[in-house]
Amino acid sequence: MVILRRLASSLPSVAGVIIVTFLLTRALPGDPAAYFAGPAATQQAIEEIRAKLGLDRSLPRQFVDYLGELARGELGNSLSTGQPVINELLTRLPASAELTLLGLVLSVAIAVPLGIAAATKPGTWVDHTCRIVATAGVSLPTFFTGLLLVYVFYYLAGLAPPPLGRLDVYYSAPRQWTGFYLIDSLVARDLDTFRAALAQLALPALTLAIFSLAPLARVTRASMLAALGSDFVRTARASGLSHRRVIYTYAFRNAMLPVITTLGMVFSFLLGASVLVEKVFAWPGIGSYAIEALIASDYAPVQGFVLAMALLYVLLNLAIDLLYGLVDPRVRIAA
Amino acid sequence: MTAALRHARYILSENPVTGFSFALFTFLVVCALIGPALVPYDPLASDTAMALTGPSAAHWFGTDQLGRDIFSRIIVATRLDLGLAVSSVALAFAIGTLLGLAAGYFGGWTDRVIGRVVDTIMAFPLFVLAMGIVAALGNTLANIIYATAIINLPIYARLARTEANVRRDAGFVEAARLCGNSEARIVLAQLLPNIMPLMVVQISLTLGYAILNAAGLSFIGLGVRPPTAEWGIMVAEGASFIVSGEWWVAFFPGLFLMAAVFCFNLMGDGLRDIVDPRRRT
Amino acid sequence: MSAPRADIDRRSLPLLAIDDLSIEFRTRGGIVRALDRVAFELKRGETLALVGESGSGKSVTAHAVMGILPAAAHVAGGTISFGGLSLLQADAKTLDEIRGREIAIIFQNPRAALNPIRAVGKQISDILVRHGNVTAAQAPGRAIEMLAKVRIPDPKRRAASYPFELSGGMCQRVMIAMALACEPALLIADEPTTGVDITTQAVIMDLIAELASAEGMATLLITHDLGLASEYCDRIAVMHAGQVVESAPTSLLLTRPHHPYTAKLIAATPGDAASLDDLASIPGNLPDLRRDDLPACRYSARCERRADICVMPPVPRVALAGGGHVACRRPLGAEA
Repeated sequence: MVILRRLASSLPSVAGVIIVTFLLTRALPGDPAAYFAGPAATQQAIEEIRAKLGLDRSLPRQFVDYLGELARGELGNSLSTGQPVINELLTRLPASAELTLLGLVLSVAIAVPLGIAAATKPGTWVDHTCRIVATAGVSLPTFFTGLLLVYVFYYLAGLAPPPLGRLDVYYSAPRQWTGFYLIDSLVARDLDTFRAALAQLALPALTLAIFSLAPLARVTRASMLAALGSDFVRTARASGLSHRRVIYTYAFRNAMLPVITTLGMVFSFLLGASVLVEKVFAWPGIGSYAIEALIASDYAPVQGFVLAMALLYVLLNLAIDLLYGLVDPRVRIAA
Repeated sequence: MTAALRHARYILSENPVTGFSFALFTFLVVCALIGPALVPYDPLASDTAMALTGPSAAHWFGTDQLGRDIFSRIIVATRLDLGLAVSSVALAFAIGTLLGLAAGYFGGWTDRVIGRVVDTIMAFPLFVLAMGIVAALGNTLANIIYATAIINLPIYARLARTEANVRRDAGFVEAARLCGNSEARIVLAQLLPNIMPLMVVQISLTLGYAILNAAGLSFIGLGVRPPTAEWGIMVAEGASFIVSGEWWVAFFPGLFLMAAVFCFNLMGDGLRDIVDPRRRT
Repeated sequence: MSAPRADIDRRSLPLLAIDDLSIEFRTRGGIVRALDRVAFELKRGETLALVGESGSGKSVTAHAVMGILPAAAHVAGGTISFGGLSLLQADAKTLDEIRGREIAIIFQNPRAALNPIRAVGKQISDILVRHGNVTAAQAPGRAIEMLAKVRIPDPKRRAASYPFELSGGMCQRVMIAMALACEPALLIADEPTTGVDITTQAVIMDLIAELASAEGMATLLITHDLGLASEYCDRIAVMHAGQVVESAPTSLLLTRPHHPYTAKLIAATPGDAASLDDLASIPGNLPDLRRDDLPACRYSARCERRADICVMPPVPRVALAGGGHVACRRPLGAEA
């Protein structure tokens, strides 16, 4: 029931996204047909494209067409490959998803304990480290961090493999289950491939993690500090509850609420940063797909990419809202 | 006025890091203004014999794949990057603040429509939206500015809206209305000055974000075209040489990028301490 | 229910003894001398009120007994003895075991003092499991019993409620249930009726009084309301600017105050005053406790009976007939 209501509340966002992506393709300066026909097209090819894509119809009519196409999962064809955009996006999606998820998990695994430690031991080196990380992490350009990591860990230390994609040439992809190489290789009990995939994932995921570390650590520290100074923690201490109980059950659980809310903003940054990381590490995800298409003035993939990313973002925000509702009874019950 | 300056000086002395960021900001502005006149080499002059040489006395930051002096290119790029950032933030601030003030002050349909527009922008991962806008409008510098402005205006709109909402029934607004001031006058002359302190903090933080954005777009090939010197595109050009060990081509532009963003973030934090100590983190 | 501790003798006389307690706070603006040689005693089963204006150090004293002062606080001298055990010398482990079990505290603003995202029944169970020799399986049932004891209607259903679903009065009852869950020897009530409406105030105080006498529990009531203190407490200790100026059995204090401040406080309390015009106000303000040139008697600056000798240390502690003491060189009734 709650789920349905939350779904309904995200419909305006979905509508907005669809309208904007439509406008971005049709309300272009110059001739949209020329965009889709490509820079090398003849006038005749342009006219053909115009008729084929229905660009000669009125704008409202085009919008209805657009909605129909979306409903059928048609996102146009790529100029350079001739293939439907939707196929390419779906094939490449697991690569991006695996990278982004691992980056997020790594980020949370570092930022949250760091923030908690900084809040429980104020003024110590842990606290100062947390603050430096929080300020510096936001300032580092993602692509720069990635390049630095490649230089240090691959070129200098020789620890990391060359940044050439998801797997080294020696290995072949495990049998497709989820599209996540880590999961699929474990399912196939292929530990070698698992290790190889993990080695390739390490640096790009770390790059993403460093980027999103900062806001998470900052919010964790701030909300943990607020929780530790609150009246109810004072009551818990005055009741003689164990240190673990006070810090974890009373302070931490309350402190996590603002952190969950911050995840929404973190995802916005992460999805954008993943595009840059995919370029640095030659990662075959949807981000690099869009970049290649951009350089080739191949327009439909870019449009499909923006739409896909936006819808993904709306879904993620929905998930965060649901998670928050589960954790905070004030939202759950008052609803 | 002097009391404000004294307070500012107190904050700066309390926190030397903030003072450092102001100094760094001054350095960057100087680079942007007079840097191009002072650089030792022509940023566009290539000298293939000297290609890919590391940092040395002659070339402080080394040379790139076309033999161009990286130091000169970086200093010259300061003007472009700062210019990009300042223009897009100015646009975002102007439009966002006006929209937000209007939404908060007039309420009703104005609020709803503007709210929808802002929410729609925020429904996208912002960098991706910038990519989409530049791809749609065309790969030019001006469009980089517009795209960056669009994705940054929601912050100003929301901030302005909250403040206008809180203050629209305040005494001084009532008084101005009774004096016969037009609504536009009230919004501009009364509300705007009141929210400026918070806005200044936000502007500093957004400048950092705008530089990252513009550099990110250039890194993936949007906006700036070679042989223009710009930090993001210089890092992109240097990226291919990292794996072969010529680190300086990408490192120094990235370093300046980082320094600029860091500077604006620290300044923003420092300004926040000066303006509203309650929000210190 | 809970095994008595070997190192605490609940029948010791007195149960709680504070002697010469001085506490300072290190702040950015200097050192705040919050408490200056505070001394009073509390016997088993007795109710003592600590009365004074805000800023007089009443809460600091209470929190010092519980050991929950902030990090900036520093004990500059004195002792706190509970059941024969010196609380200031006890280690952290001992203090954790005493808190909530031998000494319990309830705070003002009860809704803020409860964990907003944890069911109230669970919050009581946490304490029971920690201190009360109750297993995790038995705890929920005992928690419901406690809720019934503090007269919360439909306790079984209420145990699953969250603080935001309860009224302020009910939240305070939950706090009382938490405090009394392990049958402590001493209950500290820190302004328990502030922020609660007046009908609920009486109900809460009656409940505390009834439960306290049923368990033979001593109560330390912190309040700025002299009327409340006079109605519920056996003895009253009056505090001003971190000093205990007078302590005596309630009826004696109210009819024959010995300290000038006490007399002013009584005159300022609405009760038998015929009209508002009869209410006196106390001139002057609390002294700035950051100064290091404070007079020995911190009331002397506001006192009509001030003599030159009043600013010089030490401030005497004169025993009174009928029990108690007054800290004054020129107490009322002793003409000089």
